[in-house]
Amino acid sequence: MLQVFPDVKGRFGDFGGKYVPETLMGPLQELEDALDQAMEDQAFHDEYHHVLEEYAGRPTALTYADKISDYLGGAKIYLKREDLNHTGAHKLNNAIGQALLAKRMGKEKIIAETGAGQHGVASATVAAKFGLKCKVFMGEEDIRRQELNVFRMKLLGAEVVSVSSGNGTLKDATNEAIRYWVANCEDHFYLIGSVVGPHPYPRMVRDFQRVIGDESKKQFLEVEQELPNRIYACVGGGSNAMGMFYPFLEDDAELIGVEAAGRGIDTPEHAATLTKGAPGVIHGSLTYLMQDDNGQITEPYSISAGLDYPGIGPEHAHLFQTKRVRYESITDKEALDALRLLTEREGIIPAIETAHALAQAFKEAGSMSKDETILINLSGRGDKDMATLMEHFEEEV
Amino acid sequence: MLTKTSFQGKLEKTEDLFIPFLVAGDPTPSMTIAFALRLQQQGADVLELGVPYSDPLADGPTIQLAARRALDAGMSLRKAIELVPQLRKHGLTIPVVIFTYYNPVLRLGHDQFFELLEENGVEGVLIPDLPFEESEEIRGQAESKDIEFISLVAPNSEQRIKQIAENAKGFLYCVSTLGVTGGENKMTGESLAFIKKVKEYSPVPVAVGFGVSTNEDVKIVREHADGVIIGSKIIRLIENELDKINSGEKSGALKSFSNSIAELVK
Repeated sequence: MLQVFPDVKGRFGDFGGKYVPETLMGPLQELEDALDQAMEDQAFHDEYHHVLEEYAGRPTALTYADKISDYLGGAKIYLKREDLNHTGAHKLNNAIGQALLAKRMGKEKIIAETGAGQHGVASATVAAKFGLKCKVFMGEEDIRRQELNVFRMKLLGAEVVSVSSGNGTLKDATNEAIRYWVANCEDHFYLIGSVVGPHPYPRMVRDFQRVIGDESKKQFLEVEQELPNRIYACVGGGSNAMGMFYPFLEDDAELIGVEAAGRGIDTPEHAATLTKGAPGVIHGSLTYLMQDDNGQITEPYSISAGLDYPGIGPEHAHLFQTKRVRYESITDKEALDALRLLTEREGIIPAIETAHALAQAFKEAGSMSKDETILINLSGRGDKDMATLMEHFEEEV
Repeated sequence: MLTKTSFQGKLEKTEDLFIPFLVAGDPTPSMTIAFALRLQQQGADVLELGVPYSDPLADGPTIQLAARRALDAGMSLRKAIELVPQLRKHGLTIPVVIFTYYNPVLRLGHDQFFELLEENGVEGVLIPDLPFEESEEIRGQAESKDIEFISLVAPNSEQRIKQIAENAKGFLYCVSTLGVTGGENKMTGESLAFIKKVKEYSPVPVAVGFGVSTNEDVKIVREHADGVIIGSKIIRLIENELDKINSGEKSGALKSFSNSIAELVK
């Protein structure tokens, strides 16, 4: 059974665990105990699903992309519409779950890290909704790139803390959030945005995101009477992919995770952690990461701030090692082309992160037969990326 | 009663220990050697030699910046370990503990890491992001090479305090307050009770670190623990001398550094 992971030590096969300073071992145990209790409590599940339904707007639609399917001339392509989730991406599913857990633990203050700002916005949103105080750590470079989301967070009442260490991106924001948590763990809940970090975070975030895969499975069976042949999702830290893949791990569907190849995996400017990285420890977890020969973590690059992360969730490292999931990588340019295609053919502007999954699926769809099916996790909408898209497309549009 | 000899018999004292921390290569390897010798002159009993790391989770801004300076100057785990025979050559006799985050060790490989430590005569190792539960293999390897694996214990270690303390080697690093290095030391009644509890279980000297930055802090720690660990404050004293070092006034920098250390630990 695949579902026994993680084990009691928080391991997914060789990966995961708790590689943290001693001061965090206590708070992580407290979190694990509270999580275990909550997960066994039907009332907690009921409340979580109730909020997903009447506040976030779930279940999200499953859309048959007929124009694109015809255009590519191969497999039938379906889109799981996480872009229709409240706040515009899958991130809110996890933020709701963790905020409910924070309340249950009596913690009134939450902290979060953010790269593109989507998880920061989701955290600020649940903080407003549940009456919690929220502090979001964000790299100064990302603050510049994602001005609009910074304003959204502030409007929602969150404090945005600018992080200038390192390159001022997601990795550095996460370091700073962990440091802040070490000093303030008694009354603060750290709301991690992806399936990364020390145990029990990778498991918790997966379990709060699996609603994506659970809904998809049910919806797909209703329209196609069988499961998809291939399922695609983009992977930065890997939460939308893990949420989509997890309920399908024991089925026959082929699962494909798509990393960011940036300017190309043969250049130093990419974020293709599994394709080009090596095993190591980052943010408290043993997983794959981008590093140099001396074991120093290197800075990733991707046009999409949400995939611009040098690590990846430990469960993905395990699924990579056991070959249950195939991991591919897509360049900035390929992602932008796919984004254009979906926008023009289907009237859906996806996030640039999501466009990586689309690009890989579009590459493969044409060579599949017409009775085969593809499911793509449309993890978020592209509204937040308008400034970047304008830089690239304005002349053409 | 502390009975075990520590650090291959090189540390006979079991109380009033002064354990300073330096970042290897900050600002240059030769200055690290010079600073280490001055610390020994000022009574240091063990040297913690920090390996600079890109993502030091347990460290505050002071050590992060020092690590950046050292990395920019080309320092690495291997080079830091290879600095130890250089330190000996110049007259350092006290035991050296290599302080490194886990990822560089993993990249090198456990076996090669311990071979390097042994070849270069390192007496101890401390890995701040490898808690007791994750360190079983490495503790075993350290023991077989007669290298002390230093453990950390924190006020919120709670029921794990006993297990960690009873298995401690070399000295036990007692984190006095929650937070990262270089913060303020808040020695409360609670932290004193915590130190007392740790001392009951530990077969090796208990040394207190994190936020020890004034002579007053040092005196309070000395009164209650077997040793004092000073990191960020020493890095800040080095920072104060960077202008002099860069303008070639090395001996003036070292003299003023020594005076500050003497004042700090008097």
